[in-house]
Amino acid sequence: MSKADTADEGAALSWQSKQRRVVTVYVPLICFVIILLFPFYWMTITAIKPNAEMFDYKTYSPFWVVSPTLANINKLLFETSYPRWLFNTMLIAVCATVISLVASVLAAYAIQRLRFKGSAYVGLAIYIAYLVPPSILFIPLASMVFKLGLFDSPFALILTYPTFLIPFCTWLLIGYFKSIPYELEECALIDGASRLQILRRITLPLAVPGLISAGIFSFTLSWNEFIYALAFISSSENKTVPVAILTELVQGDVYQWGSLMAGSLLGSLPVAIFYSFFVDYYVSSLTGAVKE
Amino acid sequence: MSVTTGPVTNWRRPQVQQGWLARLFDSKIFLIIACLTPAMGLLVVFLTYPLGLGIWLAFTDTHIGRDGVFIGFENFESLWYDRVFWGAVFYTVFYTGVATALKFALGLWLALLLNENLPFKSLLRAIILLPWIVPTVLSAIAFWWIFDAQFSIISYVLVDKLGLLDHYIDFLGTPWAARWSLVFANVWRGIPFVAISLLAGLQTISPSLYEAALLDGASSWQRFRRITAPLLMPILAVVLTFSVLFTFTDFQLVYAITRGGPINSTHLMATLAFQRGIPGGQLGEGAAIAVSMIPFLILATLFSYFALARRKWQQGGDDE
Repeated sequence: MSKADTADEGAALSWQSKQRRVVTVYVPLICFVIILLFPFYWMTITAIKPNAEMFDYKTYSPFWVVSPTLANINKLLFETSYPRWLFNTMLIAVCATVISLVASVLAAYAIQRLRFKGSAYVGLAIYIAYLVPPSILFIPLASMVFKLGLFDSPFALILTYPTFLIPFCTWLLIGYFKSIPYELEECALIDGASRLQILRRITLPLAVPGLISAGIFSFTLSWNEFIYALAFISSSENKTVPVAILTELVQGDVYQWGSLMAGSLLGSLPVAIFYSFFVDYYVSSLTGAVKE
Repeated sequence: MSVTTGPVTNWRRPQVQQGWLARLFDSKIFLIIACLTPAMGLLVVFLTYPLGLGIWLAFTDTHIGRDGVFIGFENFESLWYDRVFWGAVFYTVFYTGVATALKFALGLWLALLLNENLPFKSLLRAIILLPWIVPTVLSAIAFWWIFDAQFSIISYVLVDKLGLLDHYIDFLGTPWAARWSLVFANVWRGIPFVAISLLAGLQTISPSLYEAALLDGASSWQRFRRITAPLLMPILAVVLTFSVLFTFTDFQLVYAITRGGPINSTHLMATLAFQRGIPGGQLGEGAAIAVSMIPFLILATLFSYFALARRKWQQGGDDE
């Protein structure tokens, strides 16, 4: 490799010509983007296709829609209980997020700032809790939910979602608290502030980016959760969006692809919009949690 | 929740009035207990206890709505002679192995591409993370439609546009086609996570190392082999552990696309446990299948622990 590209890797200097860069960087990158985005495009285009076009590839190109229709979305919104499912999902996600955030802030503060004997072990235990997947917990949890009489109620989900949210949020917040200088708290202690005043007036305001990251992550994770919602909820009006689309819209052997795709699209949109507002927080919390 | 509302009332109290409540909230031991109670309480009741209960259930013949009695290893014995179970174990290992290898190969490639000087870098990063943000089940439904036997868009392109094949592929109707289709969907969903995490790792590598290597005349392969790979290893190990763990216990994708079919060829251990346990009602047997996953998970966790420990050592070595 020549010395030419020491200064600037990206600059097209000497023999590393523009063509070469196009072939080695842009072409593979464009392929990646097309493959990663195609299912979304396909979802959208199917959702607005009339049935005549959807099943006739000979006369219409499947990649485009000639006469777009809102019939599928209309049917979904007004002939099924989709708004109700959307509301359930929102309610459960918000409640689970709030509970997890409160619990995680306190736990992370205790572990990182109150520094007691064995705090490292508590941190490790929470990390290990994150490694316990829902797939091995849902059967005993189902039997617990039955015994507690919570079956088919949103509380079953509001109480169980924090089991995978708290470990993640705590871990994330420990990292944020670590970045706040300890001296700030010492000053406040000398000035006579109580520990809780310190948490509320100093630590929390400085950890706001961390709180936002943890909050949006929890919200998305609860929105996407599937296995608990499938196992603990049985009646149609209490289902969450992912479960309801799969179990209520798939009936018989003829699949209503149009409304299935419309449902998937509408179910993904809230998360996608939410995501677009907080992209940087997502990226930082994702990478932050991995690096910790 | 009552614990957390307690402190709120305390702040409104004037500081001079050192009541017993104020003193209580300044005692460190009380604070530690109060702060840890909500999180630990929830985790113990809804995570540790169910974990133990699950292991206990695996040794009983519990059905939904009926308590079981201890039957020793009977569930595991019947699983030992159960071809469907061994099929699920095989497919789980195959699915995890192949999907993880592909995710990491492609994810690392994507991360290296994104690490170049590109226009619209942050927009690109945002777009790439999209498959990972959208609910898995919903993108799985999109894949279900993409893999449709009659109207698959992939078949359409291969047969009618490119003329590479003369018949439509029955993606989900034959065992091996279905297995590979699911692996493809899983890789599609997993690449963004791997790529973005590894990109974060790549960005922590100091450019001066590459400059020094260039001055010494290192080729681009040597730079990757001797600088990028070793410095990326710690973060790679952590991401790998998480990826293996979540792929091994995957449920949504398979349940949404094939439900274990055709002829049980795509059952993962998690979907089989669900099928036997919840709709089948045999909680004991389902729990036994779920418990069989634990040894694999422990291996992955230990791997992660030692990778983390190694990282600390490495950091100490780097700091000087």
